[in-house]
Amino acid sequence: MELAFSIANVQAVLEQVTDPEIPVITIRELGVLRDVKIDGDSVEVTVTPTYSGCPAMDVMREDIEKALHEAGIQKVNVKQVLSPAWSTDWISASGRKKLLDYGIAPPPHTSDIRALKGGVPVTVCPQCGSSDTVLVSHFGSTACKALYKCNSCQEPFDLFKCL
Amino acid sequence: MTDKEALFRYAVRMGDNSLVLGHRLSEWCGHGPQLEEDIAQANIALDLIGQARNYLTYAGEIEGNGRSEDALAYLRTDREYLNALITELPKGDYARTIARSFLFDAFHLPLQQALTKSSDERLKGIAEKAVKEVTYHLRHSGEWLVRMGDGTAKSHDLAQDALDDLWRYTGELFIPDETEEMLAKSGVAPKLADIKNEWSATIDRTLKEAELKRPADGWMASGGKKGVHSEHLGPMLAEMQTLQRTFPGAEW
Repeated sequence: MELAFSIANVQAVLEQVTDPEIPVITIRELGVLRDVKIDGDSVEVTVTPTYSGCPAMDVMREDIEKALHEAGIQKVNVKQVLSPAWSTDWISASGRKKLLDYGIAPPPHTSDIRALKGGVPVTVCPQCGSSDTVLVSHFGSTACKALYKCNSCQEPFDLFKCL
Repeated sequence: MTDKEALFRYAVRMGDNSLVLGHRLSEWCGHGPQLEEDIAQANIALDLIGQARNYLTYAGEIEGNGRSEDALAYLRTDREYLNALITELPKGDYARTIARSFLFDAFHLPLQQALTKSSDERLKGIAEKAVKEVTYHLRHSGEWLVRMGDGTAKSHDLAQDALDDLWRYTGELFIPDETEEMLAKSGVAPKLADIKNEWSATIDRTLKEAELKRPADGWMASGGKKGVHSEHLGPMLAEMQTLQRTFPGAEW
């Protein structure tokens, strides 16, 4: 049987699937999409959660199935893997830029030891670009974000926290 | 006890610790002393409940009788829950919540770190994810304990009283039962004596910074690991399970 779709087709469809809570970034840019396999007429998509309890995961799974079904692919299996564990280092360069444009400061790199050891690396305000910012809380509007305040423009903002 | 039974009990215990503490922390949602703390506790609860889902799903698969994570969470009685007693105690005031979280987090972090080297691939994978989350939990509870201990006379006394009262629930965490002894031999789980050393060092370091006194070891409560619980777990489960007990199989 000749395949009606290729890996490239499937990946193009998955480019439409975005994070339900940060709709500007795709699951590929976020690093959540790990693998795509085609076996006969079925597609297996492997994803990894950002946090164990991330409630967006179930929505992403449904969005992946829906996007592929609409593209005419009926047999879809979304598989979740935990290892290796997702890291903010997997967010792509374009993903980081989109976060910043959306008003969320992108995460420091894990190789910045200050970020892992609890120190506060310089965080730039996504609104005004000032580096005079202060951590309000390690826990923000979702599990993956910390809450900051900018001392220059006085606006609060989210930082995608280092993991 | 067979290897399979031991692994099942261990996965259930890990899941129950996270689920029960996660539920207790979720009780602060809408009641936090300040907005940031309300959000922080809800976030930490979410991490813990997410970990519990991973463990209970795995436990159901090990058992092989088709029980899902939901069946294990919502349809077991208190005698079938294997969490440590410290996780089920009422949330109390904020000093008590922070002191309990600190005592547990300081145990949970080295445990998860050790489990990233487990010979069991599934437990290893769950731990690789959890260890990053628990690092944030311990940082949060530790910072708050220091803030309270080194704060006003009143906050200091509240924190010290909470520590003194909760100390008797810490012994159980480090006394291995048959399950843990079996799994330590096969490299699935760490030796609890090693975890205790790390726990103890974290306690001493943080309490010194917080200007709080380490309580003396005395009589220690135990029983949670084998399903013998305090009077607090039953009412908590009654609330947590009410929807599935009243409308079996309900979904949304």
